[in-house]
Amino acid sequence: MILLRKPWIWSWAAAALTFALTIALTSGRGGSELAYAALSFGAFAAIVGLGQMLVITLGPGNVDLSIPATMTLSATLALKVMASEPGTAFLGLVIALAVGFGAGLANFALIFLLRLPPIIATLAASLIYQSLAIWSNRGLRIKPPEPLADFATGRFLGLPNVAWVGLTLAVAVWIILERSVWGRWLLATGQNMRAARLAGVPVERVRATTYVTVATFAGLAGYLLASFSGGAALNMGAEYLLMSIAVVVIGGSSIAGGDSNVPGVWGAALFMFLVVSMLNSYGAGAGVRNVLTGTIVIAIVIAASTRRLRP
Amino acid sequence: MPDHESRPIVALAEAKKHFGPVRALDGVTLSVAPGDCIGLVGHNGAGKSTLVNLINGGLAPSGGTIRFDQGDDALTAGVRSVFQELSLCPNLSVAENLRISHSSLPRIGWRKPARAEMLASLDAIFPGHGIDVAGDVEIERLTIAERQMVEIAIGFAPRGSEARLVILDEPTSSLDAGIADQLLAHVKRFCAAGGAVIFISHMLGEVFEVASRIVVLKDGRIVAERATQDFTRQGLIDAMGHMTSDDASVETARQFGAEVLRTPEGLSARQGEIVGLAGLAGHGQAAALARFYLAKTSTWRASRTSDAVFVAGDRARDGVLPLWSILRNISIASLKLGARAGLVDRSAENEMAEGWKTRIGIRTDDLTRPILSLSGGNQQKALFARALANPAPIVVMDDPMRGVDVGTKQDVYAMIRAEAARGRTFLWYSTETEEVCQCDRVFVFRNGEISAELTGTEITEENILAASFEMQEAS
Repeated sequence: MILLRKPWIWSWAAAALTFALTIALTSGRGGSELAYAALSFGAFAAIVGLGQMLVITLGPGNVDLSIPATMTLSATLALKVMASEPGTAFLGLVIALAVGFGAGLANFALIFLLRLPPIIATLAASLIYQSLAIWSNRGLRIKPPEPLADFATGRFLGLPNVAWVGLTLAVAVWIILERSVWGRWLLATGQNMRAARLAGVPVERVRATTYVTVATFAGLAGYLLASFSGGAALNMGAEYLLMSIAVVVIGGSSIAGGDSNVPGVWGAALFMFLVVSMLNSYGAGAGVRNVLTGTIVIAIVIAASTRRLRP
Repeated sequence: MPDHESRPIVALAEAKKHFGPVRALDGVTLSVAPGDCIGLVGHNGAGKSTLVNLINGGLAPSGGTIRFDQGDDALTAGVRSVFQELSLCPNLSVAENLRISHSSLPRIGWRKPARAEMLASLDAIFPGHGIDVAGDVEIERLTIAERQMVEIAIGFAPRGSEARLVILDEPTSSLDAGIADQLLAHVKRFCAAGGAVIFISHMLGEVFEVASRIVVLKDGRIVAERATQDFTRQGLIDAMGHMTSDDASVETARQFGAEVLRTPEGLSARQGEIVGLAGLAGHGQAAALARFYLAKTSTWRASRTSDAVFVAGDRARDGVLPLWSILRNISIASLKLGARAGLVDRSAENEMAEGWKTRIGIRTDDLTRPILSLSGGNQQKALFARALANPAPIVVMDDPMRGVDVGTKQDVYAMIRAEAARGRTFLWYSTETEEVCQCDRVFVFRNGEISAELTGTEITEENILAASFEMQEAS
């Protein structure tokens, strides 16, 4: 079956299975509430995961570890500028995206000009972004403007608004990767940067655009998450460091670069939320929950990668 | 066969290998006895590499038998392979690479004997090779010719037992004439001493010089097997089943346009000219080409039309995008041409790739297959198609005919001449004199500098060799 050969099918299958196991406990009740929650919380993981996927596609050694700090900084600054005033939502969005854009430029400047490995560059930069966030409002929690909070927690056609944002972004990224010249360049660069360069691909431009894109996505995710959860907190991005990488890997993208998988990121984002709620509803303690989550993630990655080895 | 009584080192009976519907090898019966030097020839995709992999145990046969006189596998029978695609670990030193395939070295203190064994083997095959074995330089810092020499030396090294059958798959493809002669001489000595060699090459001259028997493969079957003296060059080419184009005739003096490039080294070319870079391998030709190409193109900008395109010879390092289909590998250099609003025009992409597939004869019925499903020579054709599909005025070629068969070479020569006549300029580095002689003007490199500039009738093997060696003789 052609579908079974798609590496993203495994994250969707896992998400569907955990969903079924969870609602089996309540004999079918609460299914739509669970799906709604998964789509809401999964949206944030999906948005940062899509960005991280683009960076990982660039090839070995490429990863953005500054996603949490960028989320925090852009959310903090955006909420500070909006100051809970109604009618400032658009201004806040522009601020958040601009902060993300700037962080991406700074990350790539470190990587390109100082020739730092991306892991070191983005990790070091993230300390600066985090400090800037602390310094800018001393950890005070500013509420988002009322209409914006309503939007972030609201729904449209039965789906959470944040999920619509995440889905739109996923479609856009898919079109770019599959249909655009830039997407081909990115995939070529990730397979063999030297060969891509010799084939005429402007590899540094591709790398710069990718690092700016991931940081801008992080800015957007920070803005939405802060609006969704009633304000920016200094540790709001913390769980998205590993989450962003996990959804890429579980989603079937190659960690070695050059091969990415947009649908898998959404499947993995849903799965990561559903597996925790499944273990919760089965009454697993925090320790057991972590161990089981880790084990399940490893199993999914193995399933997805062994499938791919077959011709 | 000089030694009729000895049992064959390896005997294949009706050996078959099928990859899905593709019959890479379709019933081959062949035996190799001590003292044999078998020249194995055939076009790209004829099944040569598959045959090698069956003998050395890299692939299991789909049918038929493979028997060895000693032990059950290639390793105990003393079968060694030197691959067309270089298979050394680039981040390890010469001695460390030997260690990988030499399990009987002591566990502690193996470096010294490993270095000694490598040096002895290199000295025996390539006297005066100049490779720093004792200094433990990493393979990646060696030139491609030096890497090939190391790989060959590892193949012949005793490694605790004895090499009895050495399979050389395109061993001279990146060696210059002098080094290649050393290898041929060594192969003859090795066979005279009772060893056996399977020698695969598209260089028919070498095959005639070294082989005692020639086996011709075509479409996975042996179509001819005779003693070397029973073949003529033309007869061999006919047996391979490809027509040689006779119109590779003497060219009339062509008119060239204005000078389109000049590099700091003194390399220059006029519009429509085919300029060759010759000299011993590793004397700065590839570096000069790479510098020129990288300076001509940008890592930041990409306009609709490019100034230059590049054909890689080191496919794995510089050319092939391994995860992709043949189609995407061909189109990557020309995506900007048909793009609308940044999106790839996929029907134009298909049309272009199909056109080049027919023009250059890539052996596949489906361009959406992975590029790695092609044989080495056909991958190289795809890289040619990639470059020529882009109408850039300058084509830079870094030893682009490695692993390409005789018939295809003729086709590519004709294509290059046709493109040059339409006003494109070619910069062509090659280790083969035959290819260099296709050029209108040749720069001979020595120690990273241009030592001679030859034009027209001055382009002969003697002149090129003289200019390559002059300094060494004087010093």
